[in-house]
Amino acid sequence: MAMKVYGPAMSTNVARVLVCLEEVGAEYEVVPVDMTTGEHKSPAHDARNPFGQVPAFQDGDLILYESRAISKYILRKGGSDLLRESNLAESAMVDVWLEVESGHFSSTMSPIIFQCLVVPFLGGETDTKIVQENLEKLKTALGVYEARLSRFKYLAGDFVSLADISHFPAAYYLLGGSHASVLDAYPHVKAWLAEVMDRPSVRKVVELMKLPSA
Amino acid sequence: MAPVKVFGSAVFANAARVMACLEEVGLEYEVVEVDYTAKEHKGPQQLSKNPFGQIPAFQDGDTMLFESRAIAKYVLRKYSKPAQVDLLREGNPEEAAMVDVWTEVEAHTYLPAIAPIFYECVVYPARLGTSSNQKVVEESLEKLKKVLDVYEAHLSKNKYLYLAGDFFSFADLNHFPYTFYFMTTSHASLFDSYPSVKAWWGRLMARPSVKKISDGMVLRA
Repeated sequence: MAMKVYGPAMSTNVARVLVCLEEVGAEYEVVPVDMTTGEHKSPAHDARNPFGQVPAFQDGDLILYESRAISKYILRKGGSDLLRESNLAESAMVDVWLEVESGHFSSTMSPIIFQCLVVPFLGGETDTKIVQENLEKLKTALGVYEARLSRFKYLAGDFVSLADISHFPAAYYLLGGSHASVLDAYPHVKAWLAEVMDRPSVRKVVELMKLPSA
Repeated sequence: MAPVKVFGSAVFANAARVMACLEEVGLEYEVVEVDYTAKEHKGPQQLSKNPFGQIPAFQDGDTMLFESRAIAKYVLRKYSKPAQVDLLREGNPEEAAMVDVWTEVEAHTYLPAIAPIFYECVVYPARLGTSSNQKVVEESLEKLKKVLDVYEAHLSKNKYLYLAGDFFSFADLNHFPYTFYFMTTSHASLFDSYPSVKAWWGRLMARPSVKKISDGMVLRA
């Protein structure tokens, strides 16, 4: 039975899960959840994600939520080496940079994406103060990334891992938005992101993110 | 072989997170104090260990790590004696997934609701001499109640002793530092309205590792 992902592909957290499914070549189905009508707060979705968020995920009887938890489950089940769990030092570095992605990159990108894309879509006005504050935090983080990627090909070392790929959803919106030029000051980051975005799995999911139903 | 080192004392919640895991596996470790008020964490020595200038950092021989949850997992993977300690459940994909789920929930949902209450009620008054921002405290309490509603339902509906199932795990341990600090504020009685959550917290506090580390979590003004 195909694994199911509940949520719109254009959601950064849903996209993260989809790219892992693509990486392992799993059969899967994306079940839409219409957040504009509050479907993510419905009893049916609540049964899958009691925090009313997307994604939710189902594999047989197993129901999971939290995109990074789902991603790891999928990669382990699919026998992927993107977690490097057979090597203590390498898996630790994957974990370190996954935490950084979550705590420093996506956390600053989320408010920017919300203000620049979601708020106008809902008919509101972008709060430029919030955008500027988070762009400054992002630049601080990008400085650390630049130093790291000047020494290593990828974040966890000289091997690609979930830590790199986990950046793609927020990066997709950064690259396609009006603040992409912030990356110009960080050439190693820019080159690394271009390589991540060029992965077949990422290109496939980007196509899903662009669909109207997404 | 030199003992592993934690840079940052237990008074820092994220350092306490790491130390609780070290205690669980029974590994000898050294605590290197980092002078926060002197901004030592932003100095070149510490930045070489944690490039974001945060606490903690960690050293095991040649391995340098930062990010408390990554450090904690490394410690558990390397030093757990399988028969005695299995907090990650990596031999069982479904159990490991549930541990990951509730570890993520702590990081993204629980901590952002509960931590501000501790910072407003204890840290900022002690460190900055400011009075608590009641608006932030009230908003956080409302968020926390909604979060605890879900935790209560999860624990009571499934009759689980712990978050990932009937086994104590990394997911539970991750909740210890900030919950402990919340319990030192005047809002601790909030947990009385959530009997299953309160009982779960009691189980956590009864663990020798948690008792030992929380003894060191005294905020010095």
